[in-house]
This record gives sequence, C-alpha cells and structure tokens, in this order.
Amino acid sequence: MRKGIRETKQDRVFNGVNLVFMLFIFIVFAWPIWFVIVASFSDPNAVTSGRVWLWPVSFHTGGYVMTLENTEIWRGYLNSILYTLLGTAVNMVLTIITAYPLSRMDFMPRKILTVAFVITMYFGGGMVPMFLQVKDLGLTNTIWAMIVPGAISIYNVLLLRSFFLYGVPKSLEEAAMLDGASLLQMLLKIYLPLVKPTLAVLVLYYAVGHWNDYFSALLYINDRGLYPLQYILREILISSKIDQSVNGLDAASIMKKLKDAGTMKYAIIIISTLPLMIVYPFIQKYFVKGIMLGAVKG
Amino acid sequence: MKQKRPFWKRLGLDLRKNYILYIMILPAVIYYILFAYVPMAGIQLAFKEYSIKRGIWGSPWVGWEHFERFFSAYNFTSLLTNTLVLAVYSIILNLLTPIVFAIMLNYVRSVRWKKTLQMVTYLPYFISTVVLVGMLNLFLGENGAVNGILGLFGAEPVGFLTSPGLFKHVYAWSGAWQSLGFNSIIYIAALSGVDYQVHEAAIMDGASKWRRIWHIDLVEIRSTIMVLLVMSLGGILGVAFEKVLLMQNQLNFSASDVISTYVYRVGILQQDYGYSTAVGLFNSVISLILVLISNVLAKKLAGYSLW
Repeated sequence: MRKGIRETKQDRVFNGVNLVFMLFIFIVFAWPIWFVIVASFSDPNAVTSGRVWLWPVSFHTGGYVMTLENTEIWRGYLNSILYTLLGTAVNMVLTIITAYPLSRMDFMPRKILTVAFVITMYFGGGMVPMFLQVKDLGLTNTIWAMIVPGAISIYNVLLLRSFFLYGVPKSLEEAAMLDGASLLQMLLKIYLPLVKPTLAVLVLYYAVGHWNDYFSALLYINDRGLYPLQYILREILISSKIDQSVNGLDAASIMKKLKDAGTMKYAIIIISTLPLMIVYPFIQKYFVKGIMLGAVKG
Repeated sequence: MKQKRPFWKRLGLDLRKNYILYIMILPAVIYYILFAYVPMAGIQLAFKEYSIKRGIWGSPWVGWEHFERFFSAYNFTSLLTNTLVLAVYSIILNLLTPIVFAIMLNYVRSVRWKKTLQMVTYLPYFISTVVLVGMLNLFLGENGAVNGILGLFGAEPVGFLTSPGLFKHVYAWSGAWQSLGFNSIIYIAALSGVDYQVHEAAIMDGASKWRRIWHIDLVEIRSTIMVLLVMSLGGILGVAFEKVLLMQNQLNFSASDVISTYVYRVGILQQDYGYSTAVGLFNSVISLILVLISNVLAKKLAGYSLW
C-alpha cells in the first residue's frame, strides 16, 4: 500500500492476482453495459451472427427508429414519468410529516404509533389480501394504484426520524422556541434545511423505486393506456411481443421491420435506462451516503 | 416534577399543545390502517372459503382445510425446496462476493482505478429487474453473446435460460452482479476505517498481504459480517419474487416455481383467494419466525438488535 517498503515475493504474487481479479471484475461489469450500447447502434444481422464485440458494426439506428415509432413505448414513458414525479412527491411529503411527529419526544402517542408502524415491516397480509383491499377501495385501474399502496416506506420514515432526532442541535430548537416559532415553522425553517442531504437520498431511493416498478402494474392495472414503461418493457424484452403487424407493407418494409426488431431490444434498454444513467454521475455520492446513513441508523 | 395527571387529561393537553403533530400523523395512520392492518385482517381468508357475494368477513369458515391442501399438494416439496435453494444460494453469494471485492479493492493502489471499479460496480444497481432479466435473455440465449464466447472455445451452446439445473446459478449470480457494488459499500467503509498503523506494524513484522487480510482486515470487519449474515437469514423465504417470475418459463419451471410465484399464480391469476392467502400466510409466518430467531442470534453473537 505504501512505497518505501520492499515487497516480498508473496506480495508480488498477491498484486498479480489482485490485478487479474480486478480486470475480470471490470470486464464482467463494464462489458455487458457497453455491449448493449454498441449493439443498439449496430446492424441487426451483425449482432445476431455474433460479429459485434467492442465497436458498432456497420452503424445502424433502425432499432432506435423502431422504438421511437412505437406509440406504446412513448405512452409508457410518459406514464412512468408521471408516476415517478407524483409518486415521489407523495412519498416525500408523507415521509416528512410522519417522521416529524415521531421525532418529537413530547408527542404523546409517539411510542405506540412507532411500534404499530414498524410491525408492518415484518408482517403483513400478503399479496392476496392486499390485492383485494386495493380492489375494494376502487383503486384498480387508476393511477392511484401505482402510487398509494406504496405511499410510505417505514424504513425511510425511521431513517429521517433519527436525523430529526440527532441531526438537529437542540440549542437551535430552543432559540427558535424562544422566538415564538410554531412546530410547523420549526419543521420548515430549521429541521428541513438541516437534513437536506438525507432528503436528497430519500428522493433518489423513492424515484428509482417508482421508475423501476412493474409489479404494481401487473397486479392492479389492466388498462393498456395506464401501463408504465417497465410493463411495456416486460412485454417486449421478455415475452418478445413486438408489433409484427405487416398489413399494408411492401416486402422490403417487412424485411426491414423484422431486421430492426433484432436491435430494438438493445435500443429500448438504452432509452429506458437513460434517465437514470444521465443523473447517475450526479447522484452517485448521495447514493453511497444513503447506504452509510442506513448503517449509522442501524 | 412528574405529577401523574389522569390519562384523558394528559391527552387533552397534548392535543391542544401538539395539535399540528396530530394532523401531520393522521395520513400515515390512515395509510397503515388501510394498507397494512385491513389486509392483515384479510388473513382470515386463509381459514375461509371466499365468496364474492359475502365478502371477506361474511365468507364461511373452513378451518385448516387450505393448509392441509397445500401440505399435501403434489408440488409442496418442490416449491419449498426451490424457494430455499434460491434464497440460501443468493444469501451466501451476496454475503461473500462483496467481502472479497471490498478486501481486494482495499489493496488497489491507483485511486483512479479504484474509483472506476467502484463506479462500474454500482451501476447495475440502477437497472430495473425487467431490464436485468431482458439482458439475461439477450446475453445468455441460444444466440447470445455468452454462447458466442463459449463457441470460440469450441463449446456447444448452453441453455442457460431453459435448463432447470442452471436456473439457480443464473438467478443467484445475476443477483450478485446487480448488488455487488451496493453491498460492498459498507465493507469498503469499514475497511477504510482500519488504522493504518496496525498494517504498518504487521509489515514491519514481515507479514505478507495475504496474512494481513486474514489477521487484520477480516478481524476488523468481523462484526459487520456477522450482523449482515444474521440479518439476511430473516429473508430466507423472501426470494426476489419479481425476478423469479420474470425468469420463469415452461422449460425451467420445475426449478423456478417458488412459493411466492405460486401464490401469484393461484391467487391473482386463478383467483383462488382463500387457498392462496393460506399459502402466503405459511410463507410470512416462517419468515417472521426466522427474523425473530436471527434477531436473537444477532444480539447474542454481535450485540446488535433490530429493536
């Protein structure tokens, strides 16, 4: 690890092993992602015949054209954006207004409510009673089915609560109290500004969860117009349901369509993961922080 | 100072003083009643024959009938075995791979290379389950890139996605791929907290890197490992259901049908609500028992408790 000390033979063996191991890790992690990018820009025939490895072969964007021409993907994309924005907003508001009372020592039902909420982390009704309840409430086939059943994560509430409890200096609170600040003003003016990094982490977790959610749609949504992107992706990537209608097309267009379907899967992976990949470099530090927050809490 | 007033009087005072807190907590209370406690009451379906007309509360009781049916079902053993195999396999992998990675990364000298490795290993965590399984289909299919590589060495194409025998490996290793970066963060942090003087002293005594890993690094992160191991035991029956469902196909079905996918199929698709609730309840009760046991173990072995 440090210079100046002569390395033994054993250590040189170790360094060699370590280098090989890390190169292996790098390839195993970076190459599949790189390959998806490269394949999405390659000629479909070159991809299926295994001629694409590291660079696009005969640059071709038919997969993207086909993806962008697919109206279901567009609608799914817009739906997912809506669910992510609205869902995350609901999550954040509820998490904040739940964590705050639970962090106030003089709030009488604090203990009993905390226990009642935490129990649900370890035991629940299960898939079927939950499904029936969502149905009974009339949420099935509405956008609320994508947002309301997962509106609060008790884990995140506890996380934020401990930051309210230990991350805000008591002297600040007392000073505000003397100035006649109300409980609500205290939350908005003192607590929230002080826990901004934690809030950023929570936004990140909630948003990624909404963007990647397909299961809520599988359970609660039957209306094709309401499907989120992940559900449409599931049909295309896994059930291989690609619009193969060839009505009114001439032979050349049919051939082109069948061919482009080959790289469409790669293109659609890129397009669907793009929003996260774009923000990833900016959120990476928060992401690491978030895990450490969880560890500190535990 | 602490003169006890009657309960109702204290509550009245608190309501007046903290009324804003009561308003704030109200949505959460409603939420947990509607989406946690009402479904919990719905568990009674496990002991009832559900009729749409009479609803959950009005349906007739049938006792343990659904459980008996499940325990004597032809696929009971295979459901349980598949669930356990997938879960135990991934628990072990998800525990070991991040430790190995974090320790080896700790001995990488170039800061840039280290950062790059961390960045590429975090990346898959953001990929959705649907896209991950989609990538598995593309890479591991008959004409996929992996079989292309194997072909270069003259190997026959392997049916990674269709072979029941390979299902657990594909499931567990792809899971390890996705969460390696995420899971290693905590170990990387623990290792960077090790006082370098300990290492220096060991080097002076002529300890090789292998020995330093064994006698310093592993000892330092021992308690972290224990806590994470014990905590993961609670999840033994909690297979990543969404992923299994997506990876399931007719050819690998004998190895990929787990309790939760069975609940989904029987409950949601075939609408056999009573029976599927019973199967789900069996799953959650065992999970709960495992969580309780692992918490006791954690307390004993690592001095750590969930509560």
